[in-house]
Amino acid sequence: MAEVETARPTRTNAGPGRLLIAVYLLFAIAATSRAGLQIATKFDQAPLAYLLSALAATVYIVAAVGLARAGHAGRRVALACCTVELVGVVGVGAFSLARPDLFPDETVWSGFGSGYGYIPLVLPILGLAWLWKTR
Amino acid sequence: MTGADSPVDGVLAVAAIVLSLLVAAWALVAALRHRAPDRVQLIGLAGLELLLLGLAVAAGVALGGGERPGEPGAFFGYLVTLVCLPPLAAVLARMEPTRWGSAIVCAVCLVTPVVVVRLQQTWEVLGG
Repeated sequence: MAEVETARPTRTNAGPGRLLIAVYLLFAIAATSRAGLQIATKFDQAPLAYLLSALAATVYIVAAVGLARAGHAGRRVALACCTVELVGVVGVGAFSLARPDLFPDETVWSGFGSGYGYIPLVLPILGLAWLWKTR
Repeated sequence: MTGADSPVDGVLAVAAIVLSLLVAAWALVAALRHRAPDRVQLIGLAGLELLLLGLAVAAGVALGGGERPGEPGAFFGYLVTLVCLPPLAAVLARMEPTRWGSAIVCAVCLVTPVVVVRLQQTWEVLGG
């Protein structure tokens, strides 16, 4: 029994998980530099959109770290981040269509992530699926 | 680079995009065949890195010649990110010597052409 338990460790940072971490890293870099640049150069134009970009960037970084560190704490962090992302991308996506005036400039999550090939929409779903599978 | 003023929009950029897509296709086949990243992928990434560094040098020469990108901040952000991508793929691929390592190489090599195109756009946008 104990052997079975150890035979399937809850590792989120190997195999497909590593690919997921790699994509999260790419999005962390993309979102961080974009948000940083927007806030530094033209914050007044669309403060809400840029703050959301910064929030998204933070969530991507924390999610990548959570997945990479594995373990119970890491899993919980990753779970929280993926949930926030999913809520964020769906919420901001819907909001950006309903009230485009609030989003004069694009965020990573606008239009359900259409500017990024809808990957921001797929990523949290894959993340949650991966957490579920390695649980 | 006849006609076009942009230093990042020539043979080098096209070669980088084509090579990147070829490596992505090769890595995808490897991933589908349950193969870990092989020499071809790593050599391809090294060649890609050389092309991207060449692109960075071309941009540096143009800057030295007094030319300026349309969006300097974004341009340099994309340039720095770009030259970091192949090494990132190589490091992650070596950490994961399974089919998923090949999948990582594939993913990064699909992102690279997008970044090259964005780099070109940030050079060209002129004042709005």
